[in-house]
Amino acid sequence: MINLSQVSFSYNETPVLHHINLVVEDGEMVALLGPNGSGKTTLIKLACGVLRPNEGDIYLSGSRLNRLKRREVAQQVAVVPQQFFIPFAFTLREVVLLGRTPFLKAFSDERSSDGQVVENAMDIVGINDLKERYFNELSGGERQKAVLAMALAQEPKLLLLDEPTAHLDINHQVEIIELVQTLNREQRLTVIASMHDLNMAALYFDRLVLLKDGHIFADGLPDEVLTEETIKEVFSAAVQVTQHPLTHAPHIIVTPKGKSD
Amino acid sequence: MAKLKQNHRLLVLIALGVILLLCLLLAAGLGAVSISPLSIIKMTLNKTALFNFTATWQPSAETILFQIRLPRVIAAALVGSALASAGVLFQGLLRNPMADPYIIGTSAGAAFGATVAMMLPISLALLSFGLVPIAAFVGALAAVLVVYNLARVGGKTPVVSMLLAGFAVSAMLTAVMFFMVTLSGKPGLLQNVYSFLMGSVSVSGWSKIIIVAPLIIGGIIAARFLAFRLNAFAIGEEGAAYLGIDVERDKLIVLALGSLLTAAAVSISGLVGFVGLVVPHAVRLLFGPDHRLLLPAAALFGGAFVVLADLLARTMLSPTEIPLGILTAIIGAPFFIYLLRRTRREYAF
Repeated sequence: MINLSQVSFSYNETPVLHHINLVVEDGEMVALLGPNGSGKTTLIKLACGVLRPNEGDIYLSGSRLNRLKRREVAQQVAVVPQQFFIPFAFTLREVVLLGRTPFLKAFSDERSSDGQVVENAMDIVGINDLKERYFNELSGGERQKAVLAMALAQEPKLLLLDEPTAHLDINHQVEIIELVQTLNREQRLTVIASMHDLNMAALYFDRLVLLKDGHIFADGLPDEVLTEETIKEVFSAAVQVTQHPLTHAPHIIVTPKGKSD
Repeated sequence: MAKLKQNHRLLVLIALGVILLLCLLLAAGLGAVSISPLSIIKMTLNKTALFNFTATWQPSAETILFQIRLPRVIAAALVGSALASAGVLFQGLLRNPMADPYIIGTSAGAAFGATVAMMLPISLALLSFGLVPIAAFVGALAAVLVVYNLARVGGKTPVVSMLLAGFAVSAMLTAVMFFMVTLSGKPGLLQNVYSFLMGSVSVSGWSKIIIVAPLIIGGIIAARFLAFRLNAFAIGEEGAAYLGIDVERDKLIVLALGSLLTAAAVSISGLVGFVGLVVPHAVRLLFGPDHRLLLPAAALFGGAFVVLADLLARTMLSPTEIPLGILTAIIGAPFFIYLLRRTRREYAF
């Protein structure tokens, strides 16, 4: 699906990513982990072509990302950004309809097929009953679902999410991530998400990529990546790794100061 | 569902078009000599040479209508449409409902450019043949680019920094304008600049309208092509980029088009404020923020608004004429405060 080869990137003079090599195959569900400033968001912006690498190449389904027009990329790759604010009173449906932007022609209104895609996207996410509500008056969880529906209205092959569960209640966190997981399992949607919550990542993602200071520190199955040693090394945090009682996925428990043996 | 919505949009536009026509008819009939709407319609249809109604009116009425009233009301409609459209463009791009061409300094830039053109030692014929609008456009675009870059803070355009930058640039341009005019020692020019700053639809005959009308009508049609891109800009430049918008290119197109519309309006009316602020607000409240309807609806509504405002300006204290810009401020500012009180939904920053 997407292939980053020797990709480096700096903001002005500040280097953020160094010689990243990452191949994500069709249908994978990958979480990007790492402390703040480790380059997760930058990696997402590079993968959708909004940022251009200073060195290295990115290939999307075999074609060089730099050669594609923004519109062409947006027809394949959708992004759920971290922050989302609209200064005008758009309804939820109007926001989801924005997902059809890469397919619209300048003077025409949306075709009925676009309307159908929008309805489907709202159904999948389960917000069809909210569609005439104003976006800005929705709760945080409902808004996040609307933004997810907007991204799905792009009918993407690759879905990129920037901390999709940040600032959400635990029920909404689970709901959003399980929705994404279902899309991945049932429609083979390729997913790359940056995640803050290591336990959520371990529970729902097949492959974890751990970033440290702009390098890939570890890349593999959850129980390969999330060990006491790697977490100490990357996050400088003392933790114990146990197992989730039901799924046996690694589960991280913080060790309070003075309580470690 | 989608089909119904499109019909709904068309109905709204037809209704607004009829309202604009009625306003034009009313304004063309009223004045020192009043002409009945029926006579206006007959006289206008006679001009097409397809009809031949018998004249039930004074011959002088025809001269008044075609040489004075019609140019004036049509110019007023053009000014209103252009300013309202420019307001929608700037507000959509800056994601800022306070962005009006007058407030963010575009109008002052256009006035500055126009004044420079008027001071150049060249013949009047060349001036009326489009140099003033061109200079006004260059001034407007330069001013909006300066304000835009001053007001940017970390990829956003906050209301406060935009208002401050717009105020500073306007004040600067106006001061330099007066300075130049004072230095030039032409008393007539000072008078011109004054009436320019106060704002009033000053056309004599059709010569200016023939130049400005295609610019404004063309600009409004071009703006409609940008509607879905402006909708995407509503979620921010980064979000728009995720939706496949070429942000830097489209930003420049929108700013240039907004400047063109402002400059065209300023070159026949001077600085008329608040139209670009009040009209888009009112249209958004009535019909929602979707630019596919907002852009054409604001153009029609803005035309009607300024036609009526200009009618008031010239008849209220007749024979004294109130400057249009002062009248739009008197109407516009309280209306704006009323809107601000009635709905806070759009101001949730």
